[in-house]
Amino acid sequence: MLSKQPFEAVVAAHAGTVLRVCRALLGNAEAEDAWSETFLAALKAYPELPADANVEAWLVTIAHRKAVDVLRAAGRRATPLGQLPDAPAPEPAGPDPDLVAAVARLPVKQRHAVAYHYLAGLPHAEVAAILGGTTAAARRAAADGIAALRRSYPDTRKGADR
Amino acid sequence: MSVPDDLARAFPPDDPDTLRRLRARLSAAAQAEGVLDVAYRTLDSPVGPLLLAATGRGLVRVAYLSEDHDAVLQALADRISPRVLRAPAPLDPAARQLDEYFDGARRTFDVPLDWQLAAGFRAAVLHRLADIGYGRTASYAAVAALAGNPRAVRAVGTACATNPLPVVVPCHRVVRSDGGMGGYLGGLDAKRTLLDLEARAAAEPASGPASSA
Repeated sequence: MLSKQPFEAVVAAHAGTVLRVCRALLGNAEAEDAWSETFLAALKAYPELPADANVEAWLVTIAHRKAVDVLRAAGRRATPLGQLPDAPAPEPAGPDPDLVAAVARLPVKQRHAVAYHYLAGLPHAEVAAILGGTTAAARRAAADGIAALRRSYPDTRKGADR
Repeated sequence: MSVPDDLARAFPPDDPDTLRRLRARLSAAAQAEGVLDVAYRTLDSPVGPLLLAATGRGLVRVAYLSEDHDAVLQALADRISPRVLRAPAPLDPAARQLDEYFDGARRTFDVPLDWQLAAGFRAAVLHRLADIGYGRTASYAAVAALAGNPRAVRAVGTACATNPLPVVVPCHRVVRSDGGMGGYLGGLDAKRTLLDLEARAAAEPASGPASSA
């Protein structure tokens, strides 16, 4: 019989990854609530998760749904038309606020693909399963996101001592 | 530096203070919503760090470090529920009473117990152990008789060796009829420490927690 780890071990192993993904998706302030909702929802569903499931991909999938909910709610608040805004205006923070701000300016799909592939380390096929669409589309979204960051980011760090 | 490397640094994977706060918040929310099936914490004691675990029904497990706390948590996940989180609050009363016990200021425990990890004759044996008073000992044979099966001396040994609630359920008070210590799931040093502690405290006039210093 495959044994399922105590949930505390799941939290210990993936808490940091889910937090950095939530920060990339939503910015620092919203990220903490999204983290909390993600792990609470995961705890509730954990007994039904197959023992051989990819736990990190499962957690990122839940975080993705929470982030989409937050973006929708922010959209409803901000625009009467109910359009999904490109960015929830996160406040830049951390060791490299300019890059954080550049990530926040990415179109939503690119931002998600970059976060799931480059920050969570998920293969493009897993990212495609989360975003919907093909593996090729997920790979392209991640590549486009990195290319966009490469174009905008050097400008934002003009004058930095590097 | 490539953009992916810069990204990895801009969103650091670790933020210990924030994560500690978020994990405490998760435990509290899980309790409030009734989805925390097993709460646990550790407690430093004169017999080493003890793992304490509780379900909604009560204290379900006390474990010595020598039992391997990770293995104990895995067994709890397998036998009770994988919804296991570190959450000190539900275990505060048990931890406080154990502290008092180790100070020699408490002789019996008054917390709800969940006996689901003990079954059959083993459970019958463990239920009788509270009859052995603080500071006293009884032989494996005497406990077998108390539990209603005088010939089941070896089964008493097994019940003690697999006691899910050591210290609180006092299997350390069961010794050999020839005066030898017998075994102990926490090691013989721990058994000796507990028996010495109880003998010392029992020799003093009964005292409340306030006069334990």
